Amino acid sequence: MMKHLRSIDELGHDGLVRLLDLTHHMVEVNRRPVPKVPALRGRTVVSLFFEDSTRTRLSFETAAKRLSADTMTFSVSTSSVNKGESLRDTVETISDMGIDAFVVRHKSTGVPWQISEWTNASVVNAGDGWHQHPTQALVDCFTVREALGKERFDGLTLTIVGDIMHSRVARSNIAAFSMLGARVVLVAPPTLLPPDMSHWPVEVSYRLDDVLERTDILYMLRLQSERMSQGHVPNLREYAETYGLDSARAAKLPLHAVLMHPGPMNRGVEMLIDPSLLSNSLIHKQVANGVAVRMAVLFDLLAGESSVANLAQAST
Amino acid sequence: MTQRKTQRTTQRVVLRGGRIVDSRGESAGDVAIENGVVTEVGERLSGGDVVDASGCVVAPGFVDLHAHLREPGKEEAETIETGSRAGAKGGFTALVAMPNTDPPQDSVAVVDFVREQGKRAGLVEVVPSGCITLGRKGEALAPMAELAAAGVRIFTDDGNGVQDELLMRRAMEYGKGLGVTLAQHCEVATLTKGAVMNECSCCTTLGLPGWPSIAEELMVFRDIELARLTGVRVHFLHLSTARSVELVRAAKRDGLPVTAEVTPHHLSLDETRLASFDTVYKVNPPLRSPRDIAALRAGVLDGTIDALATDHAPHPRREKELSLDQAPPGMLGLETALGVALGVLEVDLAHLVRIMSINPARIAGISDRHGRDIEPGAPANIVVFDPLAEWQVEPATLASKSRNTPFIGMTLRGQVRHTLFAGGRSPFSVRDGEAQA
Repeated sequence: MMKHLRSIDELGHDGLVRLLDLTHHMVEVNRRPVPKVPALRGRTVVSLFFEDSTRTRLSFETAAKRLSADTMTFSVSTSSVNKGESLRDTVETISDMGIDAFVVRHKSTGVPWQISEWTNASVVNAGDGWHQHPTQALVDCFTVREALGKERFDGLTLTIVGDIMHSRVARSNIAAFSMLGARVVLVAPPTLLPPDMSHWPVEVSYRLDDVLERTDILYMLRLQSERMSQGHVPNLREYAETYGLDSARAAKLPLHAVLMHPGPMNRGVEMLIDPSLLSNSLIHKQVANGVAVRMAVLFDLLAGESSVANLAQAST
Repeated sequence: MTQRKTQRTTQRVVLRGGRIVDSRGESAGDVAIENGVVTEVGERLSGGDVVDASGCVVAPGFVDLHAHLREPGKEEAETIETGSRAGAKGGFTALVAMPNTDPPQDSVAVVDFVREQGKRAGLVEVVPSGCITLGRKGEALAPMAELAAAGVRIFTDDGNGVQDELLMRRAMEYGKGLGVTLAQHCEVATLTKGAVMNECSCCTTLGLPGWPSIAEELMVFRDIELARLTGVRVHFLHLSTARSVELVRAAKRDGLPVTAEVTPHHLSLDETRLASFDTVYKVNPPLRSPRDIAALRAGVLDGTIDALATDHAPHPRREKELSLDQAPPGMLGLETALGVALGVLEVDLAHLVRIMSINPARIAGISDRHGRDIEPGAPANIVVFDPLAEWQVEPATLASKSRNTPFIGMTLRGQVRHTLFAGGRSPFSVRDGEAQA
């Protein structure tokens, strides 16, 4: 049981393993003809999305509904947020309605921590700035665990390719996969890497071709086109040439290697082949596991004393 | 408006038994003040209102080269009156008011207004700075000669650095003719777009956009070279990096007319504070590394850095309760400056008085009336502080209208007992720790 899920570091190794184990139970629930249990009946989960998202928000809301929680959505595209409006006022107002958890996404680092100062409800970080996206890392660890049939990732090399600097997915996965024993290699041009990684448990390479042969898990990140105007890369064509996954590069991977992407994919940029043609692509499994992982998270935060055994009880 | 007593005091005040600290060092003695002027310094002075100063330092009042008083334009955060009160409580007798008001201090009318509001409050001398460029936009020079004629001695676009090299050169040349000082907020803006904290290993992990040291250092270097070219006096505001200190040290070695200031927060707090995601730690320039802090302290010790300046930057609660990327940078400084400085700087009291009073008074061009030795004939701009007294920073007791200080809850050593202001309606602007208006 935890109060908040804001970062992988805060969760820690034991929390990470506990949530991954719990996810297996949720996968089982989701396989039932009626994939719904009353575990969180009477609880209210609010999605507080200050940044556009469809997949993550739907995934959380579906998860909450399958656990019989009530859901509310507060959706504000950043552009329409009145800059004079205090974040605290927004949070306190919703909090006063008597809710149990906030699922928060914001373009600024730290907002989930700020919010937890202003509410007694649990806070789940659904992505804050370039900082953390812990449920995505849980999804990715769970997906690899299932695909490779391993609980620990010792001896495995995770290669993350692309815009590491601006990626909360990368930061969460570096922490989570390292905790489970994987070696992490980051591949990007220096302009897409953070300024000082000396304290990160990673190896850095500027050349994708140099690391493919020893990669077990290839994780491609999305490159946003705005990185061109900011001078991070000259143009998308050159980026695709240098860091995109094409069939020649895919052929260099070991046969057992798996491919991942957090979505949405930029076909023709980082993804030059159709991943559905690759037998080892886990991209669809990542999406499919999203709901079960988020069910595990909400259950762990909100189910209180009720144990996993209660999941056996079907919804009426 | 309530009718205020306009009667000038004729009462005599004697500060008894203090340690007098000024440019001549430290001595023991009583100080007698009449009509805002020091009349006697000696032993066992008597008569009038005798104030016990035993155990306390009696020094020329502090001068802050860098206060954002927010009036006109942002009275929700601070007014000249509340800022003056905060300053007086911090032991200051003069505050240089930064020009990023709304409207900005780029016209005689606004500068006069700021000065007059200061007089109306009557707690400290409010010394308006003037903008270098119109509207602080960095496009065209402000009417510097008119402003200088209206009494402005120090020009800055603080909040912004003047980005354009040619315009800065012209401002310096023009300022040279006026005998004024140009103060630069050193920040190459293209390198700090969207920046929230120091660019460091910590910002790598937090995923916060970094404000690299070099964005400050490039402009320090540029302006040192422009000072070499033009010969104008240049003052560097709120230096924050080790390399900036080195550049200024070298420039002084070359005999260039440059001076520099550092804030109490850059001397005491490091970048890791941002890991709390508390917007109170968002400040511009950002909190830096322990290595930078050590270099800034060394720069104070060896005289490379001339002055301690607060960069007092009040913001209303609702603005600091935004996300880190949207919250405005800045923190309060006036009421905590002395305690923080005494806590982190291993300097003797004479050096402390140099960096908090004598040097900043000279840089601001007001050393005829502030930062003066305590001797007969000097205006009675004096601070009396207990260097050993400990006190806890509590929101309720702050005189500032805002509460955005990172020092809340901390225990500071060094407390202002009394502040005497020569331009006030009574000899004291602060007595026994309480502001007098």
